[in-house]
Amino acid sequence: MQGNAACAEGALAAGCRFFGGYPITPSTEIAEAMARRLPKAGGVFISMEDELASIAAVIGAAWTGTRAMTATSGPGFSLMMENIGYAAMTETPCVIVNIQRGGPSTGQPTRAAQGDMLQCRFGSHGDYSTIALTPNSVQEMFDLTAKAFDLADRYRVPTFVMSDEIVGHMRERVTIPDAVEAGRPRPLAEGALPFEGGDDGIPGFAPFGSGRAVHVSGLTHDERGYPDTTDPEAHDRLVRRLVAKVESARRDIADYEAVNPDAETVFVTYGPPSRTVEQVMRDRPDESIGHLRLRVVWPFPEFALKVFPNARTFLMPELNMGQMVREVQRHVDQPVISIPKIGGELHTPTELVRALEAYR
Amino acid sequence: MRHEIRFSGYGGQGVLLSAVILGRAAALYDDKYAVQTQVYGPEARGGASMGQVVIDDEPILYPEVTEPDIFVIMSQQGFEKYGIRAGKDAVMLLDADLVRSRPDCRYYEIPATSEAKGTLGREIVANIVMIGALVTATGVVSREAIERAVLDSVPKGTEELNVKALKRGFELGERA
Repeated sequence: MQGNAACAEGALAAGCRFFGGYPITPSTEIAEAMARRLPKAGGVFISMEDELASIAAVIGAAWTGTRAMTATSGPGFSLMMENIGYAAMTETPCVIVNIQRGGPSTGQPTRAAQGDMLQCRFGSHGDYSTIALTPNSVQEMFDLTAKAFDLADRYRVPTFVMSDEIVGHMRERVTIPDAVEAGRPRPLAEGALPFEGGDDGIPGFAPFGSGRAVHVSGLTHDERGYPDTTDPEAHDRLVRRLVAKVESARRDIADYEAVNPDAETVFVTYGPPSRTVEQVMRDRPDESIGHLRLRVVWPFPEFALKVFPNARTFLMPELNMGQMVREVQRHVDQPVISIPKIGGELHTPTELVRALEAYR
Repeated sequence: MRHEIRFSGYGGQGVLLSAVILGRAAALYDDKYAVQTQVYGPEARGGASMGQVVIDDEPILYPEVTEPDIFVIMSQQGFEKYGIRAGKDAVMLLDADLVRSRPDCRYYEIPATSEAKGTLGREIVANIVMIGALVTATGVVSREAIERAVLDSVPKGTEELNVKALKRGFELGERA
């Protein structure tokens, strides 16, 4: 099965019943699969007029209590930025899949990149926090897409599947489980306010039609949801909660693999470059080489870097000019070497062996 | 053992489908691991299109093809773009009617297109003839697995024709 098809299957298994999108290479197969499958599953597929409308439709659908998603790439992702901020501000649980391609602009539609890793965290204006998952196989396209819906619901935050053309278009064997755990947002308790955070900062959810009157606004709002745009304290309280509800849960959200914790030279990867590192480590077993592979990059699990107490150097191959490497650099004292690659092709094992020899 | 198989031909011949069918045979019916990738570009019809498969007995980590050990080439342009740098230890199956050049490595001439057109009456199954020849010439997957994968992948009503094409390919590959 193709990665993009597995993404659609993962979404359907997780109970996604709404897709609003505008097809764009290399994500189109996700929209195609959802268009075929959703009507039969009692869901709705809407081909929208553009990406601004697509994400708006997804947010609207999510507020009816439906699991909702879109999928896009490059320019489409850029167009979604304003309403992604709206989703963050209104605490709308939704899933946005980005099959990354070479940028900027229309760039390389049929080539892979990891160039939007900071955009998915900081792309909309203002302070907020999001969750981003990075699959490295077709199986993980299924698993992590399904998981993205749970995280989006649990934390009431737009959640990103940050894949790329390599994983989106490759075909591998996938094992589809009989059932996927599908939690839902905590319902809004009797007497609680719709934007009142509680202990974990996450309000209960009262979607439209649930019987509760909820005012939803992108303006700074109070716990009732009513705009309160001039009171510095109201804004401070709201935005700090939006960030803290995700950042304070990063140990719960974290998903990573750490190999050879005693290593001195440690690769840090996410997405397809992790597979090149795994190949290098299989070809030349060496306990002085470690590997931290992130399946969740945002919120960034800085504590995972401490799994390697003997690390002297971190090496970070990315399919961009060095994006997540800055996040690693700000959490460790050791040198963190960026191994950037752009143009659309994955680092080869030979290239990483060369980097290993140069920097260890 | 890791095998890297590269298919090339002109868009419309079904070389990408060939790669998908081979990967499916390995991953679903031979209990091996497979990763199929392809070059996406504006080569839909006429240009040189390329699909590739990695097959291994153990999980495949690095998913891309770097140095194919098996080539299946079905057009001259495909040879020039994707076959010409074949390593000396590689094996190449080429459609003798469509590829003029010959590689430095070991190669088998398979008259897939003329067989499809003549014996089988439908040129469109040339890619299936080629897959059949590939399987018997290299043993990269089993005959049973490839037959099941072909049946999974072809349109309803064409099963008999495709199985016939596959079996003709088996014979050509055995002889090669």
